[in-house]
Amino acid sequence: MNVVHHNAAGSGFLSPTGVEITFVLVGLVVLGAALVTVTTRQLVHAALWLVVALGGIAVEYLLLTAEFIAWVQVLIYVGSVVVLLLFGLMLTKAPIGRSPDADSENRWVALGVALAAAGTLVWVVADAFRSTWIDVHPANGPGATAVTGSSLFRFWVLPFEALSVLLLAALVGAIVLSRRRPEGRDR
Amino acid sequence: MHLIYPAVLAVLLFSIGLYGVLARRNAILVLMSVELMLNAVNINLVAFDRWLGDGLHTGQALTLFTITIAAAEIGLGLAIVLLVYRNRGSSDVDRLTDLADPGRPLPEQRAPGGTAAGDEKAEATA
Repeated sequence: MNVVHHNAAGSGFLSPTGVEITFVLVGLVVLGAALVTVTTRQLVHAALWLVVALGGIAVEYLLLTAEFIAWVQVLIYVGSVVVLLLFGLMLTKAPIGRSPDADSENRWVALGVALAAAGTLVWVVADAFRSTWIDVHPANGPGATAVTGSSLFRFWVLPFEALSVLLLAALVGAIVLSRRRPEGRDR
Repeated sequence: MHLIYPAVLAVLLFSIGLYGVLARRNAILVLMSVELMLNAVNINLVAFDRWLGDGLHTGQALTLFTITIAAAEIGLGLAIVLLVYRNRGSSDVDRLTDLADPGRPLPEQRAPGGTAAGDEKAEATA
């Protein structure tokens, strides 16, 4: 799908660089894995294809020279979120194998909405950024871990600390929600 | 690199996630689709951070915050789904119609859950 816009993308686009070719190829892998994730009828396979999609997105971050974001993506998404989802699937006794009712009845409406959104947004984005280039050369190094860390702890300390409190609150909330209560008591 | 590559990738990924959120029935699969949509936004943030290149690195910092909030969201969401499954024996999002508008019953969804609707009513009055 990207290849289509590859040709439509622009006039000045004569010689694609290796970074762009790699980005398009990994992007196709990500899109394919995401499509299998939202369409497969085997629930556990959906979680495993999600690993492929999220890992491919980490590679895209590396290609966009955001190395710290890429490793955070691998650690948090591939490492913990997918494991949480697999645990959730197991604890709700998801059927192993095909489950015929994985999609609801309004999937055709959903397909229409998704296609309309994709068409509109691709049109807008392609029209708006037709002649915009970004500089991805690691020599500039603004995505390096040292730069990200120093800006994070120099300019963004207060949101960072607030976010840690939010994580703690979410953790306590999840424990309270999933704790099995004694039979005789409501609270 | 042309900015259109990450932007179009993010748009298509967002649309795939949108389809998943609307079309899936299992609540955990809906959560997976929400993760896809959040990742599409993150790709946009990183790409536009590279394009603007401001000194504060706003895009990358916001991406880290988004990833953290997504982790919190998935933890709380899974806890709620487990609680619903424990109370109802099912985690299908189109069966959870207790708060739905009772004026317009959906006939094709009432049919398989006739006894379940009675149970829920008994549970609500109890």
